[in-house]
Amino acid sequence: MSESAIKMENLTKKYEDTIAVDNLNLEVEKGELFGLLGPNGAGKTTTISILCGLIKQTSGSAKIYGYDVQKEAQKVKDLIGVCIQETAIYPYLSGTENLELFGKLYGMDKKLIKERSKILLAKMGLKEDAKRVTAKYSGGMKRRLSLSLALIHDPEIAFLDEPTVAMDPQSRHAVWDFIKEQKMKGKTIILTTHYMEEAEELCDRVGIIDHGKLIALGTPKELIAKNNVKNLEEVFIELTGRNMREEL
Amino acid sequence: MNIPRVFALAKKELKKTIREPAVLFMIFLFPVVFVFAFGASFGGFGGGGSVTYQVGVVNLDSGSSQHASQLFINDLLSTKIVNVKVYDDNQTAQSDLSQGKIQAIVLIPSSFSNSVSSYSITPNDSSRWVNTTVPLYLDKGSLVATQAIPPIVQQVLASSTNQDRQVPQSPIQLQTASLVEVKQASSLDFIAPGMFTFASIFLIMMVAQSFVQDRENGMMKRIRISPTTPTEFMTSQVLSYMCIALIQATLVFAMTYAMGFRPVIGIPAYAFAFILVLIFSMSNVGFGLITATIAKSSGAAAGLSFLFVLPQLFLGTFVGTSLSGGAQIAGKFIPSSYVTNALTSLFLRGAAITSTTILLDLAIVSIFCAAILAVGIVLYAKYFKI
Repeated sequence: MSESAIKMENLTKKYEDTIAVDNLNLEVEKGELFGLLGPNGAGKTTTISILCGLIKQTSGSAKIYGYDVQKEAQKVKDLIGVCIQETAIYPYLSGTENLELFGKLYGMDKKLIKERSKILLAKMGLKEDAKRVTAKYSGGMKRRLSLSLALIHDPEIAFLDEPTVAMDPQSRHAVWDFIKEQKMKGKTIILTTHYMEEAEELCDRVGIIDHGKLIALGTPKELIAKNNVKNLEEVFIELTGRNMREEL
Repeated sequence: MNIPRVFALAKKELKKTIREPAVLFMIFLFPVVFVFAFGASFGGFGGGGSVTYQVGVVNLDSGSSQHASQLFINDLLSTKIVNVKVYDDNQTAQSDLSQGKIQAIVLIPSSFSNSVSSYSITPNDSSRWVNTTVPLYLDKGSLVATQAIPPIVQQVLASSTNQDRQVPQSPIQLQTASLVEVKQASSLDFIAPGMFTFASIFLIMMVAQSFVQDRENGMMKRIRISPTTPTEFMTSQVLSYMCIALIQATLVFAMTYAMGFRPVIGIPAYAFAFILVLIFSMSNVGFGLITATIAKSSGAAAGLSFLFVLPQLFLGTFVGTSLSGGAQIAGKFIPSSYVTNALTSLFLRGAAITSTTILLDLAIVSIFCAAILAVGIVLYAKYFKI
């Protein structure tokens, strides 16, 4: 049996009058590309925020490589890379400078930072613009750089929270290729996305959560077959309903 | 603590200051332009000896010999800082003052010569003195005049009536008084210490906006996900803003020097002044963090920062000496007032850096600033939402 990269047991996060994550039990294996799907406000980002130590769960436990995300946060931080939903880059630094800064924050030496930066900038199609301040980048370029920052230290586990949102098809496919390459290297990836074709194309398994609860779990093919529909998008609609949701 | 991490973050913050035009303006150009405009308007170029103020004198002295009052007027003329215009009556002088033709009126009372004589005859027997008050009317519309003229007149009055300044009692009292040494000083000399204090006050706004912006665009989240500890992050921020404060103080000093400010002090006193400004900058970082804690957006942070900028500015810099009694008491709770006071003692009064006054001010400023910074860090760490 494969080893768990991530293990959540009865994970719950309550806000004043809302349960954002409700008794979530989930295991992700090492080297797996796992899709966490759900409508707006379903609890995807809250779950990722707990796993990367940004917020504290109300009850239950979450472990990464066996380390408790709250009690052993520093060890967890060394293992993970997180591409957050916001396009978080420093606009007054160049692409290279942003990568250098985060490389230093992850304790990498200059030579390694240079090597990794070169690879990431080339993969993300940012090589030509590496020296320009990022304030002048297009939205898609900023998203690609944001993804590069999350992976500068070559983490064992990558949390990618809607990494391809607002990207053009070319950029999106470039990012897909990059994600596939990471999986080939044995990295564990947790991907949240609203693009069902993306999840269907990339993910080994997907979990659909709604109102903080895990309502479906399996490979895309299994879920499609089980619900007797044509694709993952129809599975999603079937399970979460057609009503529009607002982000919490 | 991971030092390369701290330096990487501090370097990033300094790059921001240089590369973002709005930040560059607020941090460096604004204080320089302000000092230049303020100094050029009120301080004049060229330092000591420049005549700037128009002072009216109404001599109502009715003593048998008006020698004392005439000597006082001549001494005022010889300061070369003021232009003296002698009026025959108070009404005309008041009219000119109200129209802005002069900036102050010195009213020499009828008992002036008698008072001076009584003091000359029995300097040590106050029961034989003829007490008198010399009213000084000031143009309330002139910020610098209200600050600079009283100490000039006080000094001239003391020297021309042979009053020993070490003796607290004397028969002649000016309504507004100061202990500042004014001989051969220009008005720029009076406002320069407050300008040094002023230089770093706007760090409050910059710190508040920077933290809120980083929170808004997700950078704070990204930093928190990295192995960077809160201590490393805060140390980097304090270091970078202290560095900025040092550059600001240097620029302001260069500007005031170019405009004629020449304090007669040694290198240790200069070093002390810069250290004081550096310590003071910690309070501005602290106030910035408190602002960032309560502000929900960077726009709100800019506005809210004035809750701290204005008291620091109006109760503790070069504006301070013309404040009301109540405001001066309020200034006792503002760190900038102690910085200005220490710098004034250092630059103008020639106090030694080891003197009690200076060391007391340094101690108060250090305690104030460390406490404000600690409160800022604790509040920000506890209440800010990602």
